Amino acid sequence: MPRINDVGGMDGFGPVVEEPDEPMFHADWEAHVFAMNRALVGRGVYNLDEFRDAVERTMSHESSYYENWFRAIRTLLEEKGHV
Amino acid sequence: MSDDHDDSPIAARVRELEAVLEEKGLLDAAELDRALEAFAHKATPANGFRVVARAWVDEEFKAKLLDDANEALPALGLSMGGGLQVQRLHVVENTEKVHNVVVCTLCSCYPIALLGPSPTWYKSPAYRSKVVSHPREVLEQFGFELPGDTEIRVWDANAESRYMVLPRRPEGTEQLSEEELARLVTRNGLIGTAAV
Repeated sequence: MPRINDVGGMDGFGPVVEEPDEPMFHADWEAHVFAMNRALVGRGVYNLDEFRDAVERTMSHESSYYENWFRAIRTLLEEKGHV
Repeated sequence: MSDDHDDSPIAARVRELEAVLEEKGLLDAAELDRALEAFAHKATPANGFRVVARAWVDEEFKAKLLDDANEALPALGLSMGGGLQVQRLHVVENTEKVHNVVVCTLCSCYPIALLGPSPTWYKSPAYRSKVVSHPREVLEQFGFELPGDTEIRVWDANAESRYMVLPRRPEGTEQLSEEELARLVTRNGLIGTAAV
């Protein structure tokens, strides 16, 4: 069964909505999550493939992009016994 | 980044995790600030605009760009090496007969180290699901209509390979300088959801 991230060709997600003049991050916490992930991968706490895998198996289409990232980071840190 | 007054629940949870990680010596807030600051200034769509403008005025650069983009970028002081791992950049050229569009159906793969984070719509299930099956419809949602006989090629990015579109140079721009040409290019043009 395809994972929930494997959406190519699926129907039912509605129209594509473009946000005019979209900023790089919508809130400061998104920048924090982005930077946190880079730092943790950079330090070898987990690697990029582990992170992708964690995003894919914990993601929800109800959550925003960086909410899904944060959930994946937390999950990996918990699984590795850091938090 | 230490100066964060957002009181939403998610912001609080992020702060809380950061504090724990700092205490354990897994994170350094000052280092994060510096890294993010450097990234924000370095990785922007303007890099892509410069690449496109150079390709429009310099045939030799364009040939190299289409053949091996990673090798061509240093001529402009750019590289694909600013991310967590070096990725291959493939530049795909629009012509009279062929229009290219980029997607990452699985997630959000994008030349982020070069162009900065992708727009939210690029990461949305709506775009990722539909552009591979109904590209013309999706382009119309961006107000972009292509002639019926134009072939649309959709490129699906992945962890190792990232794509950027080389739009067609607009007509009547022969007099413009390279810098002026760069100002005509948009981020959507680099993804393929706009003509330029």
